[in-house]
Amino acid sequence: MRAGPAVPPDLPPDLPPDVPLDHPDDESGVPGPAAVEVLGAADVGRALTRIAHEILERNRGAADLVLLGIPTRGLPLARRLAERIAAVEPGTDPAALVGSLDVTMHRDDLAQHPTRPIGSTELPPGGVDGRVVVLVDDVLFSGRTIRAALDALSDLGRPRAVQLAALVDRGHRELPIRADYVGKNLPTAASERVRVLLAGTDGRDAVLIEGGAR
Amino acid sequence: MRHLLSAADLTRDEAVRVLDTAAQMAATQAREIKKLPTLRGRTVVNLFFEDSTRTRLSFETAAKRLSADVITFSAKGSSVSKGESLKDTALTLQAMGADAVVIRHAASGAPHTLASAGWTSGAVVNAGDGMHQHPTQALLDAYTLRRHLVGDGGRADATGRDLAGCRVVLVGDVLHSRVARSNVQLLHTLGAEVTLVAPPTLVPVGVGAWPARVGYHLDEVLADVQPDAVMMLRVQRERMSSAGGGFFPSPLEYSRRYGLDARRLAALPDHAVVLHPGPMNRGLEITADAADSPRAVIVEQVANGVAVRMAVLYLLLAGTTTGTTTGTTTGTTTGTTTGTTTATGTGGAAAGAPAGVSVAGERVDA
Repeated sequence: MRAGPAVPPDLPPDLPPDVPLDHPDDESGVPGPAAVEVLGAADVGRALTRIAHEILERNRGAADLVLLGIPTRGLPLARRLAERIAAVEPGTDPAALVGSLDVTMHRDDLAQHPTRPIGSTELPPGGVDGRVVVLVDDVLFSGRTIRAALDALSDLGRPRAVQLAALVDRGHRELPIRADYVGKNLPTAASERVRVLLAGTDGRDAVLIEGGAR
Repeated sequence: MRHLLSAADLTRDEAVRVLDTAAQMAATQAREIKKLPTLRGRTVVNLFFEDSTRTRLSFETAAKRLSADVITFSAKGSSVSKGESLKDTALTLQAMGADAVVIRHAASGAPHTLASAGWTSGAVVNAGDGMHQHPTQALLDAYTLRRHLVGDGGRADATGRDLAGCRVVLVGDVLHSRVARSNVQLLHTLGAEVTLVAPPTLVPVGVGAWPARVGYHLDEVLADVQPDAVMMLRVQRERMSSAGGGFFPSPLEYSRRYGLDARRLAALPDHAVVLHPGPMNRGLEITADAADSPRAVIVEQVANGVAVRMAVLYLLLAGTTTGTTTGTTTGTTTGTTTGTTTATGTGGAAAGAPAGVSVAGERVDA
């Protein structure tokens, strides 16, 4: 199921609801009983196609472009964006466009959670120096993951520009960070949880909201 | 994990988790900027009551690469030489706010005492205690073995895999070797088949309870087992009473019967690798031919040591400090040299596994 190392055995089954997390540790993909589906498979597909076109439009093509997915859900999203970009831009190799960027060791909340497994960082050939990096994540929430990603990125090289694509922007930002490309702006309560399901890992594409006082 | 005291405390899943984390740490060490901010503000104290070169440097490098503050303490030049006890030394460190204490001590069980006596609130990592345990050495040996033997000889991804089916021969001074004790337990936990070879005088009492076979003739065992890896152990002359201490008639005889030389190296299977925990006694347990051959991964072991110790420090220090205590407080460590009877997790499964090809297949579960 997971791309990274196995889930550590000492994770609690449920995190307390008052802990905001961009990446819930419980990524089992099994929706809870009170889950409401806000985006279906067709909506997710349309949003990704639109984002792919927006990226090409903004950057005037796919030259010098690198899509870095943030594990776990960001990586398959980056791959799918790359496929769509390659379908529009002839002569683009989707595999040479995509990399992964693990941010675990740059997080500011490590001491507040059980030990997290570390994902892998793999850059496409050519690295990131002087190129336009698009960070890809599933849910944009507090912005802390993206801050960690920017720190991790600066240790790897010096991109010409960094942009951010998120499938869902659920608000509640705690840092001055915004997304350049958003699939869906989703107003949520802080106590709710947004869960993104993807066909490759969870069997189907969907965005769910669960929990909260409804 | 709260502490890392003994290789026997690690379950198969925990050990694989350390190896997987070490693989990610190793990947970061190939970059131009090797430092990570992960343990910023944490303090790691290296407490070395016994001499060490690579373990101390390795822990120090690992902690610094994770941005922890490092205080290194050697018994020489400290108040220990004035007779200060372990307790008072530990209380001093506690007052300075140590988040982790890496301890090497000549007395077996000193790390266990430090972890259980309440003198320090930090995580305790055993960096070698007497003739008892050296768990991070076993982890880095297992990591090195996995890199070379699992996943198509290192070409495929070995993440999540153990060492099921790998045949490892440990040769030499088993009696005085904490490396051997930790390795026997960890390699067994990871599913490898371990054979010990030593002169009868250097085999400890109670070895029958260890999850390993024992042989006394190196050439016969090498021909019989066809090992995937040979680990040479250092002859620990400082733990023997006087030159040889009566454990073997002469260094030359030891070298002829139990040393790894070019002839024995040529008799190994083509893929087999040679390990040595260091420091080597060149000409005694290993000849220069063998130590410098391309099949010796001894220098790589040192590099892997940094990644494995980064992984251990990360797993002990990065998460919440109120986490679970995974069985590290069981009293298996109190000063014995035969405290190695606990690693029997998967019992007969490893022994009954098909002694198949060098590259391990899937793990055989009972």
